[in-house]
Amino acid sequence: MTPAPAEAREVVLRLDGITKRFGALTANDAITLALHRGEVVALLGENGAGKTTLMNILFGHYTADAGTVTAFGRPLPPGNPRAALAAGIGMVHQHFTLADNLSVLDNIRLGTESLWRPGAGLAAARAKVAALSRDFGLAVHADAKVASLSVGERQRVEILKALYRDARILILDEPTAVLTPQEADALFATLRRACARGLSVVFISHKLHEVMAIADRCVVLRHGRVAGEVDTHATDAAALAALMVGGAVSPPDATPGVAGPVLLRLANVSTTPEGEAVGLRAVDLSLHAGQITGLAGVSGNGQAALADLMSGLIRPSAGRMEVAGAPPKGWSPRRAVAAGIARIPEDRHKTGTIADFTLTENAILECYDRPGFARRGWMDWRRAEAFTRGIIARYDIRCPGPQARIRLLSGGNMQKLILGRVLEPGPRIILANQPVRGLDIGAISYVHGRLLAARDAGAAVLLVSEDLDEVLQLSDVIHVMSEGRLSPPFARGTMGAADLGLWMAGQGFAGGADAA
Amino acid sequence: MWEILISASFWAAAIRIASPLIFATMGELICERAGVLNLGIEGIMVAGAFTGWIAVYGGAPLWWGVGAAFAAGALFGLVHAALTVPFGLSQHVVGLGVTMLATSTSYFAYRLLLPEVTSPPKIEPFAPMDIPVLSDLPFLGPVLFSQTALTWAAFAVAGVVALVLYRTPLGLAVRAAGENPAAVAAQGLSVTGIRVGAVVVGSGLMAVGGAFLTLSAFSSFFFEMVNGRGWICIALVVFGAWAPGKAVLGAVLFAAFDALQVRLQQTPLGAALPYQLFLATPYVLSILALIVMSRRAEVPAALMVPFNKGER
Amino acid sequence: MRLEPIANPTALRQAGLPLLALAATVVAGSLLALVAGADPFATLGLIVKGAAGSKFAALETLNRATPLIFTGLAVAVAFRARLWNIGAEAQLYAGAIVTVILGTGAIGSPMVLPVTVLAAMLAGALVLLGPVLLKTRLGVDEVVTTLLLNFIMLLFVGYLLEGPMKDPMGMGWPKSAALVKEARLPRIVTGLRLHWGFALALIAAVAVWLIQTRTTLGYEMRAVGQNIRAARFAGIPVNRVLVKTALLSGGLAALAGYSEVAGLKGHLTKDISPGFGYTGIIVAMLALLHPLGVIVSALFVAGIFVGADSMSRAAGVPTYIADMLLALALLFMVLAILLTRFRVVRG
Repeated sequence: MTPAPAEAREVVLRLDGITKRFGALTANDAITLALHRGEVVALLGENGAGKTTLMNILFGHYTADAGTVTAFGRPLPPGNPRAALAAGIGMVHQHFTLADNLSVLDNIRLGTESLWRPGAGLAAARAKVAALSRDFGLAVHADAKVASLSVGERQRVEILKALYRDARILILDEPTAVLTPQEADALFATLRRACARGLSVVFISHKLHEVMAIADRCVVLRHGRVAGEVDTHATDAAALAALMVGGAVSPPDATPGVAGPVLLRLANVSTTPEGEAVGLRAVDLSLHAGQITGLAGVSGNGQAALADLMSGLIRPSAGRMEVAGAPPKGWSPRRAVAAGIARIPEDRHKTGTIADFTLTENAILECYDRPGFARRGWMDWRRAEAFTRGIIARYDIRCPGPQARIRLLSGGNMQKLILGRVLEPGPRIILANQPVRGLDIGAISYVHGRLLAARDAGAAVLLVSEDLDEVLQLSDVIHVMSEGRLSPPFARGTMGAADLGLWMAGQGFAGGADAA
Repeated sequence: MWEILISASFWAAAIRIASPLIFATMGELICERAGVLNLGIEGIMVAGAFTGWIAVYGGAPLWWGVGAAFAAGALFGLVHAALTVPFGLSQHVVGLGVTMLATSTSYFAYRLLLPEVTSPPKIEPFAPMDIPVLSDLPFLGPVLFSQTALTWAAFAVAGVVALVLYRTPLGLAVRAAGENPAAVAAQGLSVTGIRVGAVVVGSGLMAVGGAFLTLSAFSSFFFEMVNGRGWICIALVVFGAWAPGKAVLGAVLFAAFDALQVRLQQTPLGAALPYQLFLATPYVLSILALIVMSRRAEVPAALMVPFNKGER
Repeated sequence: MRLEPIANPTALRQAGLPLLALAATVVAGSLLALVAGADPFATLGLIVKGAAGSKFAALETLNRATPLIFTGLAVAVAFRARLWNIGAEAQLYAGAIVTVILGTGAIGSPMVLPVTVLAAMLAGALVLLGPVLLKTRLGVDEVVTTLLLNFIMLLFVGYLLEGPMKDPMGMGWPKSAALVKEARLPRIVTGLRLHWGFALALIAAVAVWLIQTRTTLGYEMRAVGQNIRAARFAGIPVNRVLVKTALLSGGLAALAGYSEVAGLKGHLTKDISPGFGYTGIIVAMLALLHPLGVIVSALFVAGIFVGADSMSRAAGVPTYIADMLLALALLFMVLAILLTRFRVVRG
């Protein structure tokens, strides 16, 4: 299908000169963007480039300091979430906005009927949802509780929610972050159907290949400004990447590591699933000294359980775990640290640091009661501060000083403090769980450099990431996780993204994808 | 013991004792379903008991007294909601503060308006209904149909709360606000509006529960009369797994135990035991109920989680 | 409206807003006096005079502040670790009961003083241990359990005073026998009505401050209170820390009961605490949970109570104005503290 030239079609949404400042930071700087009927425009940019702020302004969650939003020729009043919805704009957030305790149908109906009239339109609502899911290929069970749905199904509910409100413009924020490549293809098919019916789509992403696959046009944001606007048919991924980061990108120089002895071994290990989270199912894993082992997989397939296990938060319910050749005696976060495991947690704000603690107090979180920092229950704050000053210097942390509260630091500097905290003792095993999520390019290459250096110094590194490109770039060995199972190890260079994608979707595991 | 359990007067007492608990439990349930713990309940019940009583003492009709109590409760609920919802302040600390404020305000006003009295003056309370035929039914007559109108209102309120929560778009929005406020905001509804509204209405109901004590159960207002009933209602919400039907059942069950301990005190065995043991049973039962229900997971996911829009 | 964090709040903001909260309380007090038909300035003046206008008044305030320092510390310690101990009232009575048991002749001098102090603390600690174990083992919310225990404890005290602990010489009044002389806390200065309980309270405040800022336990308690998830991840034994916090908090609250019985009253009655346990929450919050601040805020709160009592006798404004003002001060203060760190912005 060759679409008519975009310029010839009606403009359905126009953002004009949008500017938003947060204190000293200019999150959006005079951003202008036009969306035509029936097209997919990608909004491409790194984390922190201003994509989310722009969408929050469009949706009235924030008020812009300058600029206007026009939908279907009519200006949208600022700061009014209802106005965007009423104008036919539907948003699928990166973090789903569904209430787990309600049914699919109730989630879709929420907010569409007057609050003060008893629900008379239930049958009509049910019929409309059925028709929409048929027309757009979005199969879901209307009476199922959202709590029981898979991530892919939840995303379908989100899209249905927008369509149910007769959205003519769909905005999707990082929609594929939680999908397998194959599920993403199904999503793209739905989006193409929607466009053929005259809907328009804004597709927010930082993944180049997806943008190339689905978008007609691409608007690239960098540091809050429009860095360029290109027709995807007239460009390539390298050019887009250059626009995105402001220069040619060089992949990190990851020479292969030299495998040493096994430092951590899981044999047939399972864990008990907690709530909706997936547990491990008979996992075999060996982490070798001097190697980075990459763990790929769609988020929520048991990576969290593996990370919790290595962090000492949970224990195996079955199977055998060996650290440095022997099963550990007792298992807790404290034992994990004592066993020489450096743990870089997934969420540095909620798990990795204590926001209102100073840098010093955060730096000693794992060693505050060790000799040198404490004696007979009394803290030695001078030693703790000296230790922190050392980390600040060696890890190039930009901060007012060791007495500053850590919540004032940028994500990159926060992560560097965590790196310092866990790497200073010279760990033998490193668990790096999404270590660069949300960081800017500079911080990413710093973190990757540190991990590679630790590997070359003989540490066994487990890199857990939802970003397949990151896993492929850094890993000496790659495993894939799906529904709590772990694939066999694949050596560097033997598997491409598409092959891994099949494993991510659950194919290739013994017993097939549906085995429970 | 068995004779007590099959007597109509025992069950009539249980229904009567349950009534204020049902009002207040429904009030707390609405708040918590919207995501706000309301520890102001104990003081709000005191304020309701006082306001309803003073209004009637001042000459207002009984139902106006109920309305005045509701309004007073709603006002203190607004204080709680204004501080905890838009500002996201600790629901524990603010709730306890509201309890202290509502209690002391009631006592202050009582002393101000009635400086001279030594024994609390009485009003003419709600009288038990006498319905032809129904009130004369064996057993059911005294248990269900010779109660005061306010008791009936308690059960009716529970029905309305269940209906609104589960059968209307408003209830849908309240339940969603307590589970995932972002879902409510994404649909263009105001989380702040829904939560504030729920706390205000819920607090009004708590106050009516307090007013039941002065306008139906007893006929005067005295200090310490709420006596921990508010805290017990918080336990009843947990016991009822945040569902109105189960909470009403819990309240009646609880009231039955309360009625039973009063009667057991008068048995020969009861007379041999210290009466404080019996008086302590409601509190002990509440703690036991919390322990029994501790493994259940129906708690609204966003209970006590403030929502600051734009923050994701 | 929306809250936006302030990266570096100015000193003016950090000091000014809490002062503004106190000023708002004073304004509210004036309005209440007006409502009661009294002259606001005269009423406030009478409160100040009643609290600190004479040696007798000042001593009365210090005596009233003593149990409030203990319960304020108990609450501050617990709240700092996000342990919602609303049961200081019950722990206070537990300490008082043990003081009577040991102080009425069970132990001979001179060991009676230290033993009683420790035993009272232990009793208070044990009263809080139950709710905390229910919290850490079963996830039962400690707010409601500690609240309910207050009522149970009061009934238990009533039973003791009408039964096994009843003073045979008490002319039928529900009160315990009097403590032996050796078990009484002496006065600090002979002739002045101020006992060593007050000094003990000051020592306790300094001790708590040292624990919180200088010891590993204090560091652990603050970490658990600020971010329990990060604390657990880092390897801090969260449940053990909560139990230790509870023991400390319950012990401090029990000292309030100890000092009231051994220092002030000499025997136990059902009403030795007019809600000191609950008022401790206000004391702790006004002190921003700082142990040394607790001393100041306890003096302030005690002054309001003592001053309002004396004002009420002179001006006829109901004494409950004190409770109202303190509840308002609490609400104003938590809002003010929030606004030192966040600003309210539109959209």
